[in-house]
Amino acid sequence: MAANNLKHALFCAIVTLIVAYPILGLNLVASGTEIVLEGATTQTVISVLVAAVVVFLFQLFRDNIMALLGQAPALNSLANRQPMEQSKRLKLESTILTLIIIGALFWPFFVSRGSVDLATLVLIYIMLALGLNVVVGLAGLLDLGYVAFYAVGAYTFALLSQYYGVSFWFALPIGALLAATFGLVLGFPVLRLRGDYLAIVTLGFGEIIRILLNNMTSLTGGPNGIGGIPDPTLFGMEFGRRVKEEGNTSFHETFGIAYSSEHKIIFLYLIALVLAVITALVIRRLMRMPVGRAWEALREDEIAARSLGLSRTAVKLSAFTIGAFFAGFAGTVFASKQGFISPESFVFLESAIVLAIVVLGGMGSQLGVILAAIAVTILPELAREFSEYRMLIFGAAMVLMMVWRPQGLMPMRRIHIELEKQE
Amino acid sequence: MSMLVLEDVHTHYGKIEALHGVSVEVKKGEIVSLIGANGAGKTTLLMTVCGNPQATSGRIILEGRDITREPTATIMRSGISIVPEGRRVFSGLTVEENLHMGGFFNTKAEIRKSQDHVYELFPRLKEREHQRAGTMSGGEQQMLAIGRALMSKPHMIILDEPSLGLAPLVIKQIFEIIGHLREEGITVFLVEQNAHQALNLADRGYVLETGKIRLHDTGKNLLANPDVQNAYLGG
Ligand SMILES: Nc1ncnc2c1ncn2[C@@H]1O[C@H](COP(=O)(O)OP(=O)(O)OP(=O)(O)O)[C@@H](O)[C@H]1O
Ligand SMILES: [Mg+2]
Repeated sequence: MAANNLKHALFCAIVTLIVAYPILGLNLVASGTEIVLEGATTQTVISVLVAAVVVFLFQLFRDNIMALLGQAPALNSLANRQPMEQSKRLKLESTILTLIIIGALFWPFFVSRGSVDLATLVLIYIMLALGLNVVVGLAGLLDLGYVAFYAVGAYTFALLSQYYGVSFWFALPIGALLAATFGLVLGFPVLRLRGDYLAIVTLGFGEIIRILLNNMTSLTGGPNGIGGIPDPTLFGMEFGRRVKEEGNTSFHETFGIAYSSEHKIIFLYLIALVLAVITALVIRRLMRMPVGRAWEALREDEIAARSLGLSRTAVKLSAFTIGAFFAGFAGTVFASKQGFISPESFVFLESAIVLAIVVLGGMGSQLGVILAAIAVTILPELAREFSEYRMLIFGAAMVLMMVWRPQGLMPMRRIHIELEKQE
Repeated sequence: MSMLVLEDVHTHYGKIEALHGVSVEVKKGEIVSLIGANGAGKTTLLMTVCGNPQATSGRIILEGRDITREPTATIMRSGISIVPEGRRVFSGLTVEENLHMGGFFNTKAEIRKSQDHVYELFPRLKEREHQRAGTMSGGEQQMLAIGRALMSKPHMIILDEPSLGLAPLVIKQIFEIIGHLREEGITVFLVEQNAHQALNLADRGYVLETGKIRLHDTGKNLLANPDVQNAYLGG
C-alpha cells in the first residue's frame, strides 16, 4: 500500500515537473526581428520544484488527506439535517428568493459602478444557466453547444439594430424567438442521439454557428464583430449624454438631474434582474406543468415514458426550444451591455462555463444554479491578481467540488406534485 | 368482437428477424396468455404491438383500426396500456406522480377518479403515496407499474412478465388483480414465464417458440397438453 503510494507519488511529481516547467518556465520573447526562447528564472524553477514537492507529498499521504476531506461534510451542519417538509421548504425558499430580489433591487444604488457591471454579467449567466438547466438538468440532454443560442440572440439584436435601427425592446422578443427557432431546428437531427453522441453533435453545432458568424464577413463583420449596439431605453428616454435617436428624450433631462454614466449601468442591471427573475419564474412554472413532468419522465426512463403515449420528439424538442429561448434573452442583454460583439464572445469555453454552473448548482435546482452562477462569475474577478491562472483555479475548484459535494451545491429536491384534494 | 388482431406479423432488429409471421387474436373481455422460453420473442411481440419496433410486414388491428404503421405515441393513446418488462417505474418520482404520469392525457377529474380506483385495487400504494418509487420493494413497484398502466382507463392492458422476481404471495396477489381486471371489462394480454398460473387464469393461450406461434388453445387444454407440460410446466 505505502510502496504503491510512493511509486504513484513519484510519478505524479515527475509529471508535474514535465508539465509545469515548459508552460511556466519557457518564454518566447521577441528580440528585434527574431523570437528567442528564454529559459526560466530561478524563481520560477523554485516554484515549479515546490509545486512538485507539494504534489509528491499530497499523493504520498492522499489516503489520510482524503479521509480528512471525506469528514468535512460531516462538519457541515447542513449536510445531516433532515429534509424539511415540502410546504415548509417551498415557503422558506420563496421567502429567501423574495428577500434576495428586494435586496438586489436596491443594492446597485450603494455600490461602485464596476460591481453593478459585474452583477449584470452574473445575471446574464444566471439566465443562461437556468435555460441550460432545463435541457441538461431536467430533460437530461447533454448539450455542449448551448452558446450557439446565446450568439443567435446577441447577433439578432446587433444585426437588427445595425441594419434596421431596431431598439432593444423590439429585439428582445425577436432574439429570443429566433434563438428558440434555432433550438427547434437544431433539435430535430439530434433527437435520436443520446449521451455522448448528443454531446458531440451539439458541440459541433455550437462551433458551426460561431464559424458561420466569423466567415459571413459581409453580413456580420466577421472577426471584427459589430459595434455601436444601442443601449436600452426607458419609455423612449435614452441614457446617453446626448439623444441619438430622433423622437427620444434623454433620461437626465426629463428628470432634471445631472448626467451620470452610472444611470445607464444601473438601468441595464435592473433590466437584467427583471429578465432573470422572469426566466426563473417561467421555468419554475413550467416544471410544475405537464411538460415539466414529461421532461423528467423522459429523462428517468425513455421506454416507460413512451409507453404512456408521450412523444419523444415533442418532449425533447420542447426542452431544447425553451432552453434556447432563454439563451436568446441573455444574448440580447449581453449585446446591449457590451455595445460590441464578435464571435470571440461565443467560444466553446462559454458553453463549458454555463454547463459547469449547472453541474455545480446541482443539476435541476434553481437556487443552486443561481448560487453557482454567482460563484463562478465573481470568484475569478475577486482573484484578479491571479487572472492568468483563472482557468487553473477554476479547474481546481471543480475538482474540489466533485470530491466534496458530487451532487452539487444544492442538489435538486424535487417539488412533489399533488392533486389538490377535492371536498 | 376482436380487441387486438395480429396477422402474419414479421419484426426485425436490423437484419435479424425476431418474429417470423405471428398471428394472434385477443377478443374483447378475454384474458389471453402468451408463454414461451427466454428469447422466444414475447417481449418483441408486445413491443411490436406498441410500434417500437414497428412490424416490417403483416397487419396489427386494434379495435378495428389498423395501427401497423402508427407511431408509438399515437398507439399508446388509443385505449391500450402496457406494463413493460422489468416494471420501469420512474424511480425519482413519487408513487402519486408515477400514477399521474400514467394519466398524462386525461383531465384532472379523470386522474383523481382513476387514482382512487388504483388505490382501491392496491391499498399498499396508497400507504406509500409520497414515497419515491425507486425506494419501494419489487412487488410494490410492480403494483405501481400496473396501477400506472390503469390510469389512462385502457380498454386493454398488456403485461410483460408481471411475476418476474416476485415472492409467491405477491405473485398470487398480482394474478388476483389481473383476474379482477377482467371482471371490470378490461381485456388482458399477458406474457408469462410462470406458465401454470398464467394458463390457469387465461381464457385462451398461445405458445411462442423462436419467433413463431407453435400452439394455441384454451388455457385448460394447454395445461393438459403433454408437450406444454414437458416444456413449460416442468413435466
Ligand atoms: N433491441 C434488440 N436488438 C437486437 N435484438 C434483439 C433486441 N431485443 C431483442 N432481441 C432479440 O430478439 C429475440 C427475442 O427477444 P425477446 O426479448 O422478445 O424475447 P423474450 O421472449 O421476451 O425473452 P424473455 O423471456 O427472456 O424476456 C432474442 O433473440 C433477442 O436477442
Ligand atoms: Mg421478454
